[in-house]
Amino acid sequence: MKELRLMKGNEAVAEAAIRAGADGYFGYPITPQSEILEYLMAQKPYETTGMVVLQAESEVAAINMVYGGASCGKKVMTSSSSPGISLKMEGISYIAGAELPALIVNVVRGGPGLGTIQPSQSDYFQATKGGGHGDYRLIVLAPSSVQEMYDFVKLGFDLSFKYRNPAMILTDGVIGQMMEKVELDDQIPRSTREEIIKACPWATTGKTPDRERNIITSLDLDSSKQEKHVLKLGAKYDKMEAEEVRYETFGCDDAEYIFVAFGSSARICQKSMEMGRAKGIKVGLLRPITLFPFPKKPIKELAKKVKGMLVVEMNLGQMIEDVQLAAECKTKIEHYGRTGGIIPTPEGILNALEKQIIGG
Amino acid sequence: MTREEIIKEENLVYKKTALFTDKALSYCPGCGHGTVHRLILETIEEMGIQASTIGVAPVGCAVLAYEFMDIDMMQAAHGRAPALATAVKRLNPDQYVFTYQGDGDLAAIGTAETIHACNRGENFTIIFINNGIYGMTGGQMAPTTLPNMKASTCPYGRDTAMMGNPLKMTELVAQLPGTYYVTRQSVHTAGAVRKCKKAIRKAFENQKLDKGVSFVEVVSNCNSGWKMTPVQSNKWMEENMFPYYPLGDIKVPQV
Ligand SMILES: Cc1ncc(C[n+]2csc(CCOP(=O)(O)OP(=O)(O)O)c2C)c(N)n1
Ligand code: SF4
Ligand SMILES: [Mg+2]
Repeated sequence: MKELRLMKGNEAVAEAAIRAGADGYFGYPITPQSEILEYLMAQKPYETTGMVVLQAESEVAAINMVYGGASCGKKVMTSSSSPGISLKMEGISYIAGAELPALIVNVVRGGPGLGTIQPSQSDYFQATKGGGHGDYRLIVLAPSSVQEMYDFVKLGFDLSFKYRNPAMILTDGVIGQMMEKVELDDQIPRSTREEIIKACPWATTGKTPDRERNIITSLDLDSSKQEKHVLKLGAKYDKMEAEEVRYETFGCDDAEYIFVAFGSSARICQKSMEMGRAKGIKVGLLRPITLFPFPKKPIKELAKKVKGMLVVEMNLGQMIEDVQLAAECKTKIEHYGRTGGIIPTPEGILNALEKQIIGG
Repeated sequence: MTREEIIKEENLVYKKTALFTDKALSYCPGCGHGTVHRLILETIEEMGIQASTIGVAPVGCAVLAYEFMDIDMMQAAHGRAPALATAVKRLNPDQYVFTYQGDGDLAAIGTAETIHACNRGENFTIIFINNGIYGMTGGQMAPTTLPNMKASTCPYGRDTAMMGNPLKMTELVAQLPGTYYVTRQSVHTAGAVRKCKKAIRKAFENQKLDKGVSFVEVVSNCNSGWKMTPVQSNKWMEENMFPYYPLGDIKVPQV
């Protein structure tokens, strides 16, 4: 029997980090995710597992601490919310360029600018299309429950080490702040120095006589080498698209209409679906779990057989662009969104489906 | 005498440290960067800590420091080296960690990272090359550029009414309880090189004590950026830089 606990989404992230055997967390306070740092400081994992927890002077410093720790092959992470994630973008680009594993959690709030502290999904573009400079991709995981907030910490670390590429958990203030039951795993011990040297032969662990020195850099002034490097990154992203797509469907088998939504929007869509089905509308839901790699194929397949898709997001319409590309104009696609920290209601979503897709 | 007769152990007065790679230095001839590299590598060699040293290179002329140093290194974003080093040292407390940073890197874009790493008393070494200019990008004004000194972005000389006065970062960090050893050196004469080497050695040895940051500023020339010959630049440095940035220890451990 697994240990069960009632937790906030943010606390689940922090607990998961400790139990996944993370070596370090570096953060800076910002609503709605400060509980992650607070929880870690209260738990004092540095006295138990030896995990380093540090409040940095800024998000810029925090992500660069992650860069330094990741260079040494350590399992390190940071978390923030939208304005803070913008500050981390330079560091994220370096981490991606230097091919380092790292986990970044974005508990999104409404923007642009200082925006609002209320939940939003308006950082979809930033997470999936870049945000930082250069040709890079993040592995982006979108949890829709507190359990997934917990589970995706380990998954994010595992994928980031598998691909030597930073992973991001893209969530929002709803999931970060809400409380749900969480099944906890047993403590995974932190990797020993020997294990790190074996698993990460590229890491800066100290140049011993048995190997060449290790250099962590994203710089290559020779364009032909730099191109080779970027092509190698590209091949990695192709592999992720082929092997790491994750999504979930509800009621899609007989569906005539589909909601496409991620994270908390997907939770609300489930309710809209129930309400729609009660009225005789055959509506299903596709929930992308990985926003990159994006579930293009299942969307394309569904687009061929349904009468329309409503993309529901807490933003002006961001993921809809990926849905449209995937659907290849095979069906009608509309967007329904609320912004500025307003959470869509199940009624509002169903109403939009009836007006924009069924009646439109 | 033949060449073979000369190459004998007893005639050896100088040898390249084994920790220099064979890559030709990318620095302009006459520049102080290469000399400081040598002192760091000699220190690491003499202390026998190659396998337990991790260096953090900056953005600046020393961006390619890892090409020349035969140790594990990482290359930080501009100004962020102290943040990287913070994590590296905290996650690997048994290793020797150092950053190598220019004045633009450490005292402009990376001011926050510098001050806070020093204030937290991180247990690593900072080597700070102050040449009063942005060497790498072609000689623009740095926070350390002297009053009336010319640079490409202050072609009529630094106007302190407009641009403020040069920042004495070393004096500033010496105020913080988190710094353990703070010194200012140079490498423009044989004597200065010997003194600087001692300071660097001490700054590395201090890491065994876990007492906070050891901070070594090296006032150095940028003959290219200053548009002088190496000899002229060293003379100009003595006459102009040293009065503003006086050499010597600023904070020494109390015993
Ligand atoms: C974020 C960012 N801004 C600007 C630059 C451009 N840049 C490269 S080196 C440099 C100045 C370096 O000067 P300094 O730190 O004094 O080193 P020096 O070359 O003089 O040794 C600048 C502004 C950059 N690489 N990254
Ligand atoms: S530009 Fe200046 S600092 Fe850079 S290598 Fe040349 S002389 Fe040295
Ligand atoms: Mg400089």
